[in-house]
Amino acid sequence: MHSTDMDALLHQIFSGLANGCIYGSVALALVMIYQATHHINFAQGEMATFSTFIAWALIQSGWPYWAAFVATVVVSFAGGLVVQRIILRPVERAPVLTNVIVFIGLLVIFNSLAGWIFEHTIKAFPSPFPQESFLRTRFFSAHEVGSIGVMLCVLGALYAFFRFTPIGLAMRAAAQNPDSARLVGIRVSWMLAVGWGLAAAIGAVAGMMVAPIVYLDPNMMSGILLYGFAAALLGGIDNPWGAVVGGFIVGVLENLLGAYVIGTELKLTVALVLIVGILTLKPSGLFGKHVVTRV
Amino acid sequence: MDTRHFRLALLAVALAVTGGTAFAQKKYDTGADDKEIKVGHLNPYSGPASAYGAIGKAIGAYFDKVNAEGGINGRKVKFISLDDGYNPAKTVEQARKLVEEDEVLLVFQPLGTPSNSAIHKYMNTKKVPQLFVATGATKWGDPKNFPYTMGWQPNYQSEAKIYAAHILETKPNAKIGVLYQNDDYGKDYLKGFEDGLGAKAASMIVSKVSYEVTDPTVDSQMVTLKSSGADTFFNVTTPKFAAQAIKKAAEIGWKPTHYLNSVSNAVGSVMTPAGLENGIGIFTAAYIKDPTDPQFQKGKEYDDWLAWMRKYHPSGDLKDNFNVYGYTVAQTLEQVLKQCGDNLTRDNVMKQSATLDINLPMLLPGVNIKTGPDDFYPIEREQLMKFNGKSWDLFGKVYGR
Amino acid sequence: MSAAGPLPRRSRPLGGGGAQRHGGTMKPANRKWLWIGGVLLAVVLLVLPFLVKNYRVFQFNLVLVYAIAVLGLNILTGYNGQISLGHGAFYAIGAYVAAMLMDHAGLPYWATLPLAAALCFALGFLMGFPALRLGGHYLALATFALALAVPQLLKYKKIEGWTGGVQGIVLTKPEPPFSFSLFGQPLSADRWLYFFTLVVAAIMFLLAWNLLRGRVGRALVAVRDHPIAATAMGINLPMFKSLAFGVSAGFTGVAGALGAIVVAFVSPDSFTVFLSISFLVGVVIGGLASIPGAVFGAIFIQFVPNLADQISKSAPWAIYGVFLIVFMVLMPTGVMGMLRRTWLRWRPGAAQPSVR
Repeated sequence: MHSTDMDALLHQIFSGLANGCIYGSVALALVMIYQATHHINFAQGEMATFSTFIAWALIQSGWPYWAAFVATVVVSFAGGLVVQRIILRPVERAPVLTNVIVFIGLLVIFNSLAGWIFEHTIKAFPSPFPQESFLRTRFFSAHEVGSIGVMLCVLGALYAFFRFTPIGLAMRAAAQNPDSARLVGIRVSWMLAVGWGLAAAIGAVAGMMVAPIVYLDPNMMSGILLYGFAAALLGGIDNPWGAVVGGFIVGVLENLLGAYVIGTELKLTVALVLIVGILTLKPSGLFGKHVVTRV
Repeated sequence: MDTRHFRLALLAVALAVTGGTAFAQKKYDTGADDKEIKVGHLNPYSGPASAYGAIGKAIGAYFDKVNAEGGINGRKVKFISLDDGYNPAKTVEQARKLVEEDEVLLVFQPLGTPSNSAIHKYMNTKKVPQLFVATGATKWGDPKNFPYTMGWQPNYQSEAKIYAAHILETKPNAKIGVLYQNDDYGKDYLKGFEDGLGAKAASMIVSKVSYEVTDPTVDSQMVTLKSSGADTFFNVTTPKFAAQAIKKAAEIGWKPTHYLNSVSNAVGSVMTPAGLENGIGIFTAAYIKDPTDPQFQKGKEYDDWLAWMRKYHPSGDLKDNFNVYGYTVAQTLEQVLKQCGDNLTRDNVMKQSATLDINLPMLLPGVNIKTGPDDFYPIEREQLMKFNGKSWDLFGKVYGR
Repeated sequence: MSAAGPLPRRSRPLGGGGAQRHGGTMKPANRKWLWIGGVLLAVVLLVLPFLVKNYRVFQFNLVLVYAIAVLGLNILTGYNGQISLGHGAFYAIGAYVAAMLMDHAGLPYWATLPLAAALCFALGFLMGFPALRLGGHYLALATFALALAVPQLLKYKKIEGWTGGVQGIVLTKPEPPFSFSLFGQPLSADRWLYFFTLVVAAIMFLLAWNLLRGRVGRALVAVRDHPIAATAMGINLPMFKSLAFGVSAGFTGVAGALGAIVVAFVSPDSFTVFLSISFLVGVVIGGLASIPGAVFGAIFIQFVPNLADQISKSAPWAIYGVFLIVFMVLMPTGVMGMLRRTWLRWRPGAAQPSVR
């Protein structure tokens, strides 16, 4: 292979990893909500976009970046909590599909409100990692490196939270077996609300890391959500590490397919077929726990 | 003739003369009367193309101004705009609602090639004007087969041919890479470009990559284009992806001769987010003024537009060039309706649309609107521009008829 | 029953309801009312298109088309518990089959329906194989992927000659074969298509009713609620699941073909992911595992967006979302679920229903 060909290949792979970071962040939020509620929240992307708009509005009115960042994360946490308490609690005991329709309702509401309040022209969102900082390498921009770092931090925090803190344990128990959890004294309803709050907060972080690359507009997350979904499932829906690895795999796969295998006009189709194929072989995802049911 | 018959004859003649002129004075089709003209409109206010909803809002705000200033020939314009979500099945439903339930005189500016294709036959069968459609596809200028349909903006293929001609003139050995959106808009530009290059297309275009509207980024495509060895880049992307492409090219150190399609050349909403210094040297074509370009932010034309925005469309984004597009296309309709006078039949609307020869304030100097019974392309002229880091420098001749 | 629970994690059934009980145990008096109601309904349906404008008839046609599609999805998701976010793909395939046959092969419109049904049945059946291994969310992803892949495939340039590519295919609306007039309104193309669609819908609903009330229906529900027990009782799980997918896809394919004829245009942009999501919305709003529910679901997905548009011009889809949430909070088991509960409560001398 020529050195330029090798260069190009590496470039595609690294660009795929950078994209994979985007998918992985969204996948993390999905995994978070799944671990807390055993539902996949289809509105995750739109909520993240809405949070990013809030951050944008704060920055536009003069707030420094990190102040806006923290404020947005806090507001998103509160927002997620409120959404669970008011909208999801009434359907907590309803069938799964009823919940799915409620998620779809939320998706549509957030998307529509974002368009109405913030308009549809694309907006540049600042990155906290300046272009010429020491983080920049030949194949990654400073921001891409920074986002990967942020995502790994969030991942670590999430893992530690679920594994080592009593609240994390209580949350997993509440999701897995609400009735038994209640018997042990866990306030299941509040666990679900906190779970939603955390997922909304993670989504906000994901949105703020993604926006500088893809630009902010109400439909920013529409395409990304699918890949995040695929990444989360590929890695195993109950495994945060899996979500991140899944994200990287999806990103690189998509790039390589488009550049070398099938061309860009069919790469979405082929990528999805491959992912579904992998899942058919390993139905609980690459790193998921195999569920054994007692008859 | 005896007296009685003579008087009767005189009466008949008198009646014919006065009655005839009375009938010739006012003619109406469904949707128009003494007090108002009902104008129907379709736009994607939701869905993947919702960014274009800004056009509909601008047009509505323009007709608010027209009505506040007395209307057209004493009649108010009732502007009925419906959402079709860029879904052709919905466009059919909404168009039928406008024609059959709201009973409009004409349907104005439906947006998108698939949406317009879906209602093309219906509108012409029903003989309702499908006027000034918001798409650059070439097929709307066909008065022989579809006399009730007319486009407005310069069509994509002729714009692409301008770029092709420029490349053949200035860089005949160029190696060209093309990035295009995988839909009718992208493919239409590509076709025009390839036709414009003629026999040399196959040898000059070394890489053609597409993207979907649902793709998060075009980073992979840009890397592919760079590694193909192309030194010229034809960029057929919508604003979000155009900004991404310009930024990414700079990031990966690829500096081709860059031709950007006119859909995405606004300074405020594309060049600035992409990084102004990254856009230096980019070529594009234009027919309309960009409100974020400093060279156009002065003069009576701009002041009028700004005053209109402030008074009638205060929620509109001053950086959004759709607000200039909407303003200008609404003015075109206003001119047509003015020319109709009291003869507000659908046939006369089409006749007057085919008899236009005007200049509008926010079009580029040298670009006019001209139609004829065989020429259903109102705007055909465009000029090339080059980005200097702050605004676009017009250069060269004005292309087009 | 130990504290850990013997049932699999997903112990809440998808639909919250069992198979319908049908008229076999009804009193003769109730039966009479049912017959009268049925006849009245039939008369109303037959006369309706002549009472309203053509544009409304067009909307009714769309409702009938969506009802068939929602019914198809309900067979799979409501009765058999397999979630599909991709039925828009089968609708699209049915539509394109009809469009291509009419445009390229000159086939009459009614002949395209069985072909669309057959092709979609075959594809749905094939989809059953991966569906066997994937459950719940994973199947949702796989079907979601299908919904995204089909429009992209339709745009593929190598088959552009057949599919019309991004431009789509324009069709001619079939004219009524004879003249007719009622209440002064002529039998227009839309009205003729209304009757045609009505007959097809009646046939499809009858087919579904027949299929679901017998052994097949019970087997589907058994597979949904207790798959392991069902296998133990001798039900061939893979065959049933694939059959369910196939039949469901076939129904939606017929709906797609009808839709193409009614709208007289197909293009990849008409079949986005949102269509698949709308069908799922229709199923849940109408009521899972319910045949009449499909009609309510179809009415919802056709008319509520228009209603939302009238309520708010600036954020109509936010209103639509509010409608969705309010409906789900007030009627978690859908319209039919609520009707059933009301009927059970108000029936004189009825036994108290168990808490759902």
